[in-house]
Amino acid sequence: MSTLGTTPVKVLPKQPWAATRRDRSITFAIFVASALISFAVVVATPMNGKLAYIFIFFVSLLIIDFIYFRVKLGRAAGVDSFFKTLFTIAITLAIFPIASILWEVWVRGYKGLHWSLFSTDMKQYNFTGPVADGGLIHAIIGTLIIVAIAVLISVPIGILTAIYLTEIRGRFSRPIAFLVQAMSGVPSIVAGLFILAAIVYPLTKSFNGFEGSVALAILMIPTVARTSEEVLRLIPEDLREAGLALGGTQWRSVAQIVVPAARSGLFTAIILGVARVVGETAPVILLTGGANVININPFSGTMESLPLYIWSGLLAGTPEAFTRAWTGILILLAMVMILFATARYFGSRKVGK
Amino acid sequence: MSSTQIVKKKGVPEKRAITTKPRFSDKVFRGVVTSGGLSSLVILGLILLFLAYESISTLRAQGMYFLTGSNWDAVTGANGHIDFKASHFGIASMLIGTLICATIAILIGVPISVMSAIFLTFYAPMAIRKFAVTIIDLMAAFPSILFGLWGYFILNPVGVYWAKLIHKYFGAIPMFQMPTGPYFDRSPFVAGLILAIMIVPIVTSISREIFAQTPLDRIQAAFALGGTKWAMIRAVAFPYARSGVVGGTMLGLGRAMGETVAVYTVLNIVFQTNWHILAGAGGNVASMILLKFSDASADEVKALMAAGLVLFLLTLLVNSIANVIVNRSVKGRA
Repeated sequence: MSTLGTTPVKVLPKQPWAATRRDRSITFAIFVASALISFAVVVATPMNGKLAYIFIFFVSLLIIDFIYFRVKLGRAAGVDSFFKTLFTIAITLAIFPIASILWEVWVRGYKGLHWSLFSTDMKQYNFTGPVADGGLIHAIIGTLIIVAIAVLISVPIGILTAIYLTEIRGRFSRPIAFLVQAMSGVPSIVAGLFILAAIVYPLTKSFNGFEGSVALAILMIPTVARTSEEVLRLIPEDLREAGLALGGTQWRSVAQIVVPAARSGLFTAIILGVARVVGETAPVILLTGGANVININPFSGTMESLPLYIWSGLLAGTPEAFTRAWTGILILLAMVMILFATARYFGSRKVGK
Repeated sequence: MSSTQIVKKKGVPEKRAITTKPRFSDKVFRGVVTSGGLSSLVILGLILLFLAYESISTLRAQGMYFLTGSNWDAVTGANGHIDFKASHFGIASMLIGTLICATIAILIGVPISVMSAIFLTFYAPMAIRKFAVTIIDLMAAFPSILFGLWGYFILNPVGVYWAKLIHKYFGAIPMFQMPTGPYFDRSPFVAGLILAIMIVPIVTSISREIFAQTPLDRIQAAFALGGTKWAMIRAVAFPYARSGVVGGTMLGLGRAMGETVAVYTVLNIVFQTNWHILAGAGGNVASMILLKFSDASADEVKALMAAGLVLFLLTLLVNSIANVIVNRSVKGRA
């Protein structure tokens, strides 16, 4: 396929199995035929609606594809093509909800966007009032504080767990690896109930932001520990041995060689942990109490957070409140996506850089 | 000769004795790291301990009724506290409802996930694979409140429409009957749908990990024998990946059983066992806890703690079994 010219010709290996232009046009023709059939069926029969279009399109795609290759190349090729189409339909179905979610969040959320969202709280305003009133700065500040404390609690524990599993490799390694995995399945509401039972009822007897942080930390530890563990395993054994060969103690070789080499990976682990808990709703409903003003003291008084703000909007039940909820989720989703992109960026960098 | 010169220089320390005994700094290091490593054990233990402690009064008064009964009414005694003997706390319908929703989620979500994983591993061109994997990983990071909101406003109306169709054409099957009238709104079916969407990322990524490990020589052997791609997948990839996919499915089941907020918005919680999945009444332990918590007295919360304990043990069990299976089939896992 390479173009010939005066420059030295780059010889490409022939790929007799690669799709030719003719194959592509046949695939396209089958696609169009299925679309036409679905359109015709919807017009001609009582079946209607978007669902009917999609359903008939998929079915006719499967059938036409199968028949064409069955006739042209025989049974095996027909079956092969049928399943290829089926798997392609499956990935379409898997991706479709994501597209719908992103689209709906934008369409319904942007109506509530305005600059004073980031400068005012809801002290003098009501959820059911006009959308232009009030803001969610109190919720953003609350989320930042709650998540920051959760990070302070969970990151040392998570990374120590990972170091234990990769560096010490003691006799508890296997059970601990197992327990960390088990811990990642703890439902968020159970974490909330646990903090209620362990801190709120016996000790503080009131709701505050710190309690929410501890619950989130419990949910965050497994993510941080498992991702860090994977990263630390990628550090070559040579580096550790080199450290020991220079006469360093294990403490020094871990602290000055292994951990710095894994720095960007550990950072990814922390960010993934934050992305995991920033939108956790059930624990903050149970523990932080909610508020409509800024509260920067996590140890006293109730605190608002973004998920709680969205939740309140949903429960308030008027169109204005719903718009507030969608705007809140738009901002929360933007935060999650920024975190995700950052984690991708650092995660894709080579270990050791 | 050089060594003698060095030793003679001033200020150079004596040669250290070679020893394998850990130094003080290493002892401290090992101690700190080990205690950090044991934290997961401590936390899980504390969760169990505190939830069990708070649930004692409920479990003692209700006995087996807590697991077999389907009634939730708190009777306040003369002293202003809840009379645990006179009250009824039974979560059978909630447990059954949880299992029904999770089963629907598995039945819908797992085939889509596994087929997507096959597509991504064996069929997709590099660019599409990268894009789709990123999108699906992103979906795994979506907060559950997002699914709750989307489920309530977008999926529920669609789900109701589908439920009506299913009821119309397959109404003869007992499961799809509507004995209490045409109330399709917020049914276990819709809750199952949202859970199916939510477990797609985890089941897909685990299945993908396993399919990607299919031994290359066996794949090539299948092709060399003249097999088509589907023949290769059926004869080589499926048998190789079967147990791992089962493990991934169980991880999805564990997720689906513990989900709270997303189910809360799309499920009408009723304390009555409902096997008719299209009818707008169902049960779910996690969502029930959230529902009852808002107006529960401190005593009633103890009953909710007991429900939380049951949920904790159930998800722990399912997750542990799943992890054992997955670890066995995915290389490089602990």
